Amino acid sequence: MASERMTVAKAMVKALTAEGVKTVFGYPGAAICPFYDELINSDIRHILVRHEANGGHAASGYARMTRKPAVAIATSGPGATNIITAIATAYMDSIPMVVITGQVSSEQIGRDVFQEADITGAAEPFVKHSYLVKNPAEVPVIFKNAFYIAGTGRPGPVLIDMPFDVQKAEIDFEYPETVDIRSYKPSVQGNKLQIKRAIAAIRNSKKPLICAGGGIFTAGAEKLLQQFMQLADIPVVNTMMGLSSVPADNPLYYGMIGMHGVKCANYAINHCDLLILLGARVGDRAVTAINRLDGITVIHIDVDPAEIGKNLAATIPVVGDVRYILQQLIEQAENYDHYDWRQELNTVKNQSEPKAAAKDGFVNPKEFIKRLAKKLPSDVIISADVGQNQIWTCNNIELKSGRLITSGGMGTMGYSVPAALGAKAASPMSEVIAICGDGSFQMQFMELATMIQHDIPVKIIVMSNNRLGMVREVQTNAYGNRLTAVFLDGSPDFIKLAESYGIPAKRVTDIKDADGAIDEMLGAKGCYLLEARVAEDEKTIL
Amino acid sequence: MKHTISILVENHAGVLARVAGLFARRGFNIDSLAVGVTEDEKVSRITIIADGTAYTLEQIEKQLNKLIDVIKVRHLPTEELLSRELVLIKVSCLPSQRAELISIAEIAKAKISDISVNTMTLELSDSVSRIKTFEELLRPYGIKETVRTGSIAMQKGGASMK
Repeated sequence: MASERMTVAKAMVKALTAEGVKTVFGYPGAAICPFYDELINSDIRHILVRHEANGGHAASGYARMTRKPAVAIATSGPGATNIITAIATAYMDSIPMVVITGQVSSEQIGRDVFQEADITGAAEPFVKHSYLVKNPAEVPVIFKNAFYIAGTGRPGPVLIDMPFDVQKAEIDFEYPETVDIRSYKPSVQGNKLQIKRAIAAIRNSKKPLICAGGGIFTAGAEKLLQQFMQLADIPVVNTMMGLSSVPADNPLYYGMIGMHGVKCANYAINHCDLLILLGARVGDRAVTAINRLDGITVIHIDVDPAEIGKNLAATIPVVGDVRYILQQLIEQAENYDHYDWRQELNTVKNQSEPKAAAKDGFVNPKEFIKRLAKKLPSDVIISADVGQNQIWTCNNIELKSGRLITSGGMGTMGYSVPAALGAKAASPMSEVIAICGDGSFQMQFMELATMIQHDIPVKIIVMSNNRLGMVREVQTNAYGNRLTAVFLDGSPDFIKLAESYGIPAKRVTDIKDADGAIDEMLGAKGCYLLEARVAEDEKTIL
Repeated sequence: MKHTISILVENHAGVLARVAGLFARRGFNIDSLAVGVTEDEKVSRITIIADGTAYTLEQIEKQLNKLIDVIKVRHLPTEELLSRELVLIKVSCLPSQRAELISIAEIAKAKISDISVNTMTLELSDSVSRIKTFEELLRPYGIKETVRTGSIAMQKGGASMK
């Protein structure tokens, strides 16, 4: 392929096109203008978000659907620092992203000029890799490598900081076809000996348990997971990041583990004799009683060797792509039968829960989510925010199909709406619903405008209790109910607010009206906001 | 427990910051650090002496390997270690004390690098423990200034890290 003379700005757009990028999320500023001036000449759809962090979260939602690196753009200085939270959120949840920031001109770097920030320095703890581009000629290779690094191995965000003068420089552009980074060769296949040891451990186990995490989605291994658990008759629990990787109505599925997980999932973790961690990193909120696991056999399967042994000592570490390793396991596994173990778990699962009730004028949030779950179309994408709403959603939505996304590692409030927006942009035929609280909604409702402007019809459920509910609960339980800084007085009328954007909205204050309101929301062609009023003392878990 | 970690990295701007930042944010302590280019000018070597348990060491190695600019990480075993520091020590030295200091330098295999009316500067390249002994021998004369590099280290014998 012959090279072509062009500006770096044009080369950047060409590189994005070569990477198959169809949509980008961004917010312009002076330092990134050369790039924007070329972006308009391309077929790439630019979605103008209303805050850079939301551009990053939207790219995250988009990437979680396409499973390829998504692109977010910000300008120098405050634009770049604003997007750091989204970079950190993506880093914690291993979401592939390429973030492009404008930077002041090369000769001005280090002089504290207007809108200058050392963004590669500031974002260093949260990126898989970053580039501050100094040599314009390296731009094609840097873009090629950035997409490769972001999307392979354990995915993550890669930052490319583009000084103004570099964007305007002219280069001979030729996009590389292959990548060769000598220091970056992620493992794919699992070590054969380790696979053998894993199979032997499974054969000898009476009470095996699979704990499936977000790595299942990264690897695109949902089908293989179901095949393997079925074949080997092994019960499965999920971390929060792994939710919706197994249909909730599968008899081998026992729910979400962790501090906020369900009883039978935690019972399973605490009584298994073999734990198979699949693309899960044993986060502190996921495995709370970690000491119990010291005596048992742990097979830890992850693409990132640094996660194995970090939080939990693994008896049998297997490094590689979960997809390939599951294939290897399926080839060697036999038809086991763990009837007694399943019966033991079923007994816990079937223990009756207290009846969900609510005070007059309020909706029980768990019951509300359960009713919502019954009506969801099969291709639904649920984007849960952070706080009580997240746990109510995660434990009660019980998706039989579709996908749940949320900020699991970082716990970033204000993630759900922009992530839903990004997911909808990637999957326009799917029903996409963001579920948030009135605290998190007020961190992100500026994106209602983005949805209207770009015709991205997302449905939003606001579980409002005029409180920062999860903090309120911590204060109730651990600080003698001395409630401070958790009251959301002064909040707007969310119905009127939505209507001011031209978005139809309804408030539900009685569970009797929930079904009708959910039907109306699901039937709406465009955006819709449904507010469910929740009592201020509602608990996160039972 | 002290560990000597030898890291081959791409010779780019900012790589040292990435490595040092990783140690800082993961709570790994650096006792000493030395950086220099290798036989291949595109590759630098960072030698770090770090303190920590076997768990810490494993994490350090794994986390370092995740940095894209890190080409190779090697924990050098203590028993096969060739390790050197360089030290420059400026001591007070009256003309009448010169002969004494010269004989100390000879015994320690140190060089006299500079001399003035009232000072003498000695240079020694040696292991950390021998440098410490040397410093103690000079202390009675009055050490005015000590400048010391971090340790550089290599595995003994025919093996090389590439």
